[in-house]
Amino acid sequence: MVRHVIAPVDELPPGTRKFLTIDERPIAIFNIKGEFFGLLNRCPHQGAALCEGPLIGLAQSSDPGEIEYTRLGEILRCPWHGWEFDIRTGQSYCDPKRFRAKAYPVNVEPGSAVVKGPYVAETLAVSVESDYVVVDL
Amino acid sequence: MNIQFRDRPEQAPAASVKTAIADCDIHPARAMPTELYPYLAKRWHEHLQTYGKHAYQGMMEGPPYPKAQPNASRRDAYPPEGGPQGSSLSFMQKQLLDPNNVALGVLNPLQTGQGLRNQDLAAALATAINDWQIEKWTARDSRLKGSIVVANEDGRAAAAEIRKRAGDKNFVQVLLLSRNVEPLGQRRYWPIYEAAQEIGLPVGVHAFGFGGNPITASGWPSYYIEEMVGHSQCQQTALASIVLEGVFERYPKLKMVMIEAGFGWAPSLAWRLDRNFERLHSEVPHLKRKPSEYIRDHIWWTTQPMEDPERRDHLFELIEWIGWDKLLFATDYPHWDYDDPSRVLPAGVSDANREAFYLGNAKKLYGIS
Ligand code: FES
Repeated sequence: MVRHVIAPVDELPPGTRKFLTIDERPIAIFNIKGEFFGLLNRCPHQGAALCEGPLIGLAQSSDPGEIEYTRLGEILRCPWHGWEFDIRTGQSYCDPKRFRAKAYPVNVEPGSAVVKGPYVAETLAVSVESDYVVVDL
Repeated sequence: MNIQFRDRPEQAPAASVKTAIADCDIHPARAMPTELYPYLAKRWHEHLQTYGKHAYQGMMEGPPYPKAQPNASRRDAYPPEGGPQGSSLSFMQKQLLDPNNVALGVLNPLQTGQGLRNQDLAAALATAINDWQIEKWTARDSRLKGSIVVANEDGRAAAAEIRKRAGDKNFVQVLLLSRNVEPLGQRRYWPIYEAAQEIGLPVGVHAFGFGGNPITASGWPSYYIEEMVGHSQCQQTALASIVLEGVFERYPKLKMVMIEAGFGWAPSLAWRLDRNFERLHSEVPHLKRKPSEYIRDHIWWTTQPMEDPERRDHLFELIEWIGWDKLLFATDYPHWDYDDPSRVLPAGVSDANREAFYLGNAKKLYGIS
């Protein structure tokens, strides 16, 4: 596993997402209310750019007529056929056993740790004073 | 090691197909509501501004059910220059035609003069949409072919529009929608079939439309998902009517395409018709053959929705019944239930059948060399 430095934390404020390609893999990093998540930007269903979809909540029902809307902003809906995926785990809600989006662990590391490595950050000028978003791949 | 940053993801599909394909259900849209005005007489501009459209569907302009995604479309299909999904030729080329190697794309405009009570307006709009298809789409990209849109509740006006386009290579079929005032085999629609046979084009019946009737046989359902599956029910009614009214006896060279309503139901409908025909044929003595024979000889089927049973041998059995020579691949671009050509057909299909499925059948049916 290689750790890649993606961006300084302040370049990815809450509510934003960043698309990039690492080792020819299309990846998106999300900042959701200060938490960072990474997903492969390819839907396991028919291959759409999954991470272009909207972040929504989850409508669930324990009994007919009882509807709860939970996990607001934590569910990613594919731009094509609308399948829903858990941004934390990549789990799908339409068919959790057969389909899952590939999730990558994302962390925040201080610049001092990043400078030491073992990180890849060729296109970023890294300074020891900042924090960086880092993805494991 | 290099890390590249991109502001936006790539637009091309993750896996694109190498061999050429036909896409038999593409929905072009207007960038602006007034885009048809240049093709309409001034009298109709004023009419539309003063009275609106007055559809068979009461009290409303838009579709009868919410569509789950904006304009029932893929969220990545908004053209960069603005406007609704499906309204930009250059973006359609970039997102659909080029990466998927589409050699033939059949346009099926859905917002037509269909479903309007004012039949003169319906006919004027149909003519305008056909002219618009040529000027905005087919004349600018030779891969694209149009469908002749008609005012389908007025058989005579519709037939006149069809004959007007005879021999015009911009068009490859006549387009009807499945929800109408009456089932599609009824006499009021016969002039349409007569004209289509005469000019040698197949008639496509696309799911949807406004007929003034509830969208299921037992009324208005609660959910959009019921409308989605209801399309096959409506198409079955249309097909039974077309067969039993003797349309194919009367117009023996007529070919029809069932568009966007699935095909998994075809064998059971045919079996049921045949079984009843054994006892009830004296009611419809104009039929010389079993209903299933008309269906197998005269009907083609687009995919999307591509049937997706758990076991692929079930799918292959269905297709055996229908015939590998009768299926036409379709994406339904830009709509949200779009099928990606590289992912839609399971493994285990012979090269000949695969070629027929993706291209050969469509070229033959639509007379494209
Ligand atoms: S491609 Fe994502 S839901 Fe179908």
